[in-house]
Amino acid sequence: MGDIRIGGRNNVLLTGRADKPVMMLANGFGCDQNMWRLVTPALAEDFRIVLFDHVGSGQAEPSAWQPERYATLDGYVEDILRICHSLELNDVVFVGHSVSAMMGVLAAIAEPERFRQLILIGPSPRYIDDAAYRGGFSKSDIDELLESLDSNYLGWSAAMAPVIMGNPDRPELGQELTNSFCRTDPQAARVFARTTFLSDNRADLARVMVPTLILQCSSDVIAPLEVGAYVHAQIPASTLVTLSATGHCPHLSAPAATIAAIRSFAVDDGP
Amino acid sequence: MKRMAAAGETDYAVFSSLLEDNAEDLYENAPCGYLSTLLDGRIAKVNNTLLNWLGYSRDELVGRRSFSDLLNVGGKLYYETHLAPLLSMQGEVGGVALELRAADGTRLPVLITSAVKTDDAGEPILIRTTIFDARDRRAYERELLRAREEGDRERARLQDLVVTLQRSLLPPVLPVVPNLDAAAHYYAASPEELGGDFYDLFPLSGNSWGLFLGDVCGKGARAAALTSLIRYTLRTAAVYDGDPGTVLLTLNTALHEQYLRDDRSFCTVIFGVLSSDGDGFTVTLARGGHAAPLLMRADGTADYLPMPLGPLIGAWADVVFTTVTIRLNPGDTLLLFTDGLTEARAATTDPSGRYGDEALRAFVRELAPTTAAAAVTAIIALLDSLGDGRQDDTAVLAVGATAPGPTRKP
Repeated sequence: MGDIRIGGRNNVLLTGRADKPVMMLANGFGCDQNMWRLVTPALAEDFRIVLFDHVGSGQAEPSAWQPERYATLDGYVEDILRICHSLELNDVVFVGHSVSAMMGVLAAIAEPERFRQLILIGPSPRYIDDAAYRGGFSKSDIDELLESLDSNYLGWSAAMAPVIMGNPDRPELGQELTNSFCRTDPQAARVFARTTFLSDNRADLARVMVPTLILQCSSDVIAPLEVGAYVHAQIPASTLVTLSATGHCPHLSAPAATIAAIRSFAVDDGP
Repeated sequence: MKRMAAAGETDYAVFSSLLEDNAEDLYENAPCGYLSTLLDGRIAKVNNTLLNWLGYSRDELVGRRSFSDLLNVGGKLYYETHLAPLLSMQGEVGGVALELRAADGTRLPVLITSAVKTDDAGEPILIRTTIFDARDRRAYERELLRAREEGDRERARLQDLVVTLQRSLLPPVLPVVPNLDAAAHYYAASPEELGGDFYDLFPLSGNSWGLFLGDVCGKGARAAALTSLIRYTLRTAAVYDGDPGTVLLTLNTALHEQYLRDDRSFCTVIFGVLSSDGDGFTVTLARGGHAAPLLMRADGTADYLPMPLGPLIGAWADVVFTTVTIRLNPGDTLLLFTDGLTEARAATTDPSGRYGDEALRAFVRELAPTTAAAAVTAIIALLDSLGDGRQDDTAVLAVGATAPGPTRKP
């Protein structure tokens, strides 16, 4: 069950069992594929796990970053489909956290035959309030977030660039890798934050024809209960499971419950 | 005295009693805020210092509020997307800038460091956070940020100015000359510095056109000013007397005066006059210190055009320029270039480590016969292939006689 580091543009890593169904895990805005570290060991027994970093974060190819391409979710969705095509992934169980949940929605609309199931963790089709719709945020809240990003370049500095570029010639920099899981090029982070929090995919939900599990946290500032209920109401073949978990990352704060919910949907109910 | 404490122990006891004999007091009134939260975020313990900074009573916070309640919405988003995951993954996170909301609505910029405390079995039980007042620091950081943004804006302005100025020193498009195929390219080595290479192709009178290409000493604003002087001098001089040798003499006079006054204003240039004669052109050329042009014939032969080098222009008072005259037959192409091309660092046979004259000769021999447009396209590809070896600006100008088009019916 050796890991296969494919790397490349999206720093793709294959783990789990090659003879099992494919499960692709996509992290949301903020950190990188390390976000899945508490759930992948268990899931690796039943799936061929595909991990990757979005361009502009983690250890994705820095030169692949283009502000225009990643100013909408489409650029990220193209990357996801490109990975599926190049690795010939079929019957994929796509697990998307946060904004990546909507990337899964768009990918499954573009190529429904490629995806067996969608598992959306803390999804939100729109973060900003709009008339009767309650997303939980206002436009000025997003500006505050951009301000926070500007004053916090976690683990990012010019000295770190050689490490980020994959330059192994300076091992002494390995000592400074604290915070590296959430390290992002500040410019890329700003664009990704805008893309994430200004997106509106409400109209896309009804077009999802793939069986979908929505994993909702019981107390989540970013994706509140009513947003999870909205997603459930809009996606035809969807199941809503609410996990007793605080925060936006149940795969980190409540990994056992998250694994159980994913397995129950993708293994027990699967074909 | 039966027991005599060692000097070190005595000092330790004395200092201890003088300084911190009360851990509780140290916690409550430390010069930083302390906050302990349960894993679900609820505040379990908070010290006096932080309560004073925020203007809350202990009862208002402990068990009632969570840490993220103290943050603005942007801070909450940042906490959920960055800090909470990092705390889960690495057990601690340090030096993060946030803003806390005080009871009266004011904002307190802080730097926080958090660490997860685990029980004996290694299970996380709470998160300890140390909070530093960062008002001064954040104000300073904002100044730095503002300065950087200003720097970015200035750099963009400078690049815009350089591009605009550089364009003004080159013809926006080459004029259309009947039966002449003309193409040019300018490679700027730096987006922030004006280059010193220049070229032009312009009508003289009736059926003749002037062309020139050259390189002034230096770079930047001074080189740009000099280029401007050279362009207008060459264009004006050519109108008065179409002999290239005379044109270069006039330029030399103008530049030499500047050279004496300003110290070292000089340039290299090649100047020519094209006269249409039936199906081709008669070309008369003179050069001053500049590389000889390459002539690619319709029969596939190619070589540097043999012509006297001529003196560097502007450096001396008494100079003589010799002209050569050739005929550009249909299918022949003449290529003028600056030494940014031949001086580029490259792995060729040239012992200098530069691309070199020989490599360029071999390159155009592969090209010939060609057209001006195809030759310039090939040179652009060659420059691209030299990558970081291109260290200086490069200008190329090619002209070729085309076969005459079908005669228009009146």
